[in-house]
Amino acid sequence: MKFKLTEILTHVILILGVLLMVLPIWFSFATSTHDNIEIMTGGMKFFLGENFSQNYNEVLNEKGGWSEEVTAASMFINSFIMAFGIATLKVVISAMSAYALVYFRFKLAVPIFWLIFITLLVPLEVRIFPSYKIVSDLGLTNTYTGLILPLVASATATFFFRQYYKTIPDELLESAKLDGANSWRFFIDFLLPLSKTMLAAMFIFMFVYGYSQYLWPLIMTTDEKYWTVVMGMKIIFTENYEGVALPRTGERFAYVILSMLPPVLVVVILQRWFIKGLIQTEK
Amino acid sequence: MSFLELKNITKIYPNGTKAVDETSLNVEDGEFVVFVGPSGCGKSTLLRMIAGLEDITSGEISLDGKVINNIDPSERDVAMVFQNYALYPHMSVYNNMAYGLKNRGISKEDITTKVNDAAELLEIDQLLSRKPSMLSGGQRQRVAMGRAIVRNPKIFLFDEPLSNLDAKLRNQMRLEIKKLQRQMDVTSVFVTHDQTEAMTLGDRIVVINNGIVEQVGTPKDIYSRPNTKFVAEFIGSPQMNLFNCKIENGNAKIGDVHINLENSINIQDASIGVRPDDIQVNQNGKFETKANLVEYLGSDMIIYSSIGNQDFSCKLSSKIDVKAGDNFKFDILSSSVHIFDNTTNKRV
Repeated sequence: MKFKLTEILTHVILILGVLLMVLPIWFSFATSTHDNIEIMTGGMKFFLGENFSQNYNEVLNEKGGWSEEVTAASMFINSFIMAFGIATLKVVISAMSAYALVYFRFKLAVPIFWLIFITLLVPLEVRIFPSYKIVSDLGLTNTYTGLILPLVASATATFFFRQYYKTIPDELLESAKLDGANSWRFFIDFLLPLSKTMLAAMFIFMFVYGYSQYLWPLIMTTDEKYWTVVMGMKIIFTENYEGVALPRTGERFAYVILSMLPPVLVVVILQRWFIKGLIQTEK
Repeated sequence: MSFLELKNITKIYPNGTKAVDETSLNVEDGEFVVFVGPSGCGKSTLLRMIAGLEDITSGEISLDGKVINNIDPSERDVAMVFQNYALYPHMSVYNNMAYGLKNRGISKEDITTKVNDAAELLEIDQLLSRKPSMLSGGQRQRVAMGRAIVRNPKIFLFDEPLSNLDAKLRNQMRLEIKKLQRQMDVTSVFVTHDQTEAMTLGDRIVVINNGIVEQVGTPKDIYSRPNTKFVAEFIGSPQMNLFNCKIENGNAKIGDVHINLENSINIQDASIGVRPDDIQVNQNGKFETKANLVEYLGSDMIIYSSIGNQDFSCKLSSKIDVKAGDNFKFDILSSSVHIFDNTTNKRV
């Protein structure tokens, strides 16, 4: 009986947790399918409305901004390019720098590692002016390169890769050497496949990090063509009042729901890989 | 010119430790040489220098007539079996064995034949698609061997490959390694700290202590004529008894008993070495003492005892009835003793 009681209790707690996570999203989704007047008068909705296709269609295709040229779709593409670029480059660069730090035993490896590590204390927000100055001097404002490049170095990921590489036994490297693998081959044939799960996990984190960047793209882009989803959330559907002061809450909720999809997709796709790696303990 | 030649090899680590000191050694083609010594004696370092995994501080190593000091390990054409096997965890057994061949640009068909042949030889052909994590210790050992064999290298290097196996499997693999080496006729260097492994595997044994080669010879040579006190004690189980004594005119005194040695020598501070199985227990023995402890091993037994404050052991057939606490008599024959000078620790 005692066993059953704890089981019920755990399930209650778990279900409460799930509700806590899912309900706000469900409310947003339900609200996003209603007419603006209904939302204005009735508040947040729990049940689905009839304006689903109309609201979502408007969100994706309506041209906005001062230039009346950007659509939400173009902002999704920008955000995706930015997040994907940041995540990919962060993972690649961190994996490679960790490889250099662990396997090439040059004298300054340890000080350099700590130097990389203390950059954690200097996030982008702190160094935003010098970063902006450099990027604008290089003429990279209003480019994808400018959006991505200043964010691709990652102390966190370097640290995780370094710690992981340190657990790989030296004999593996030595054996690979005798089998004729040079340092490049060792990286490609051994370290990358062995750190598959790590790569997937890091990619997920970094993608979400890149996707949710707000301040950097905000000051980096003056051209609306390069606006990202997170920037848009503040700006979009605020200027259209259709004659009367009726906030376009339905469209804005639709926009929020859509903006969640890319990171969710990345997590769902990579999680399979991630879990598969965790189940096959290959070490 | 020998197949593998080490000339005055010295290894000093950056922290100043001298791991290998002026070692010279020749290994002939097809020979099976075993480096044996206690842990930390430099035997593994020596092996790793042959493989190219460790820099050589001074001296010269040549393999098949070519100096290999500065040749990259991948181009030395040596294969090594590591203590923990160092199998590639993310690759199947097949790919573990094929990896070295792929890097050498061998065609796919050739790789398949070679891997299959080696797998058949080692009886692991059923396991080719498995990952190393799904193999038992013995199977991993075989895969590690297979990885070395497929490349058909000039020389096999074994770095204590049997020490992770249980006793029964170790004996079995030991035999197989020996058989395989005979069959393939590849020059091999095997490192171990286990003197039984050394004795059973090696054509020749190199006994190393503190980075210095104490003795090189066939197992029989080394067992029957150890050159130094260290070799005398290290080789043979249970270890050789050493009695400290003074030798005057070929006459040594152990406890209260005098032994007349075969040659009339004078040594102030000497050790008389007697193998435990060379001690003759009999009713009319000149020595008499009490058995402190008796170990029963089935066909044999070992008696631990002391005479004149010096501990010793003797091994005899368990048919003789001696119990702990009993007095027993024994003889030491002058023909079976080893004499060492304690000032030089060398054989006289």
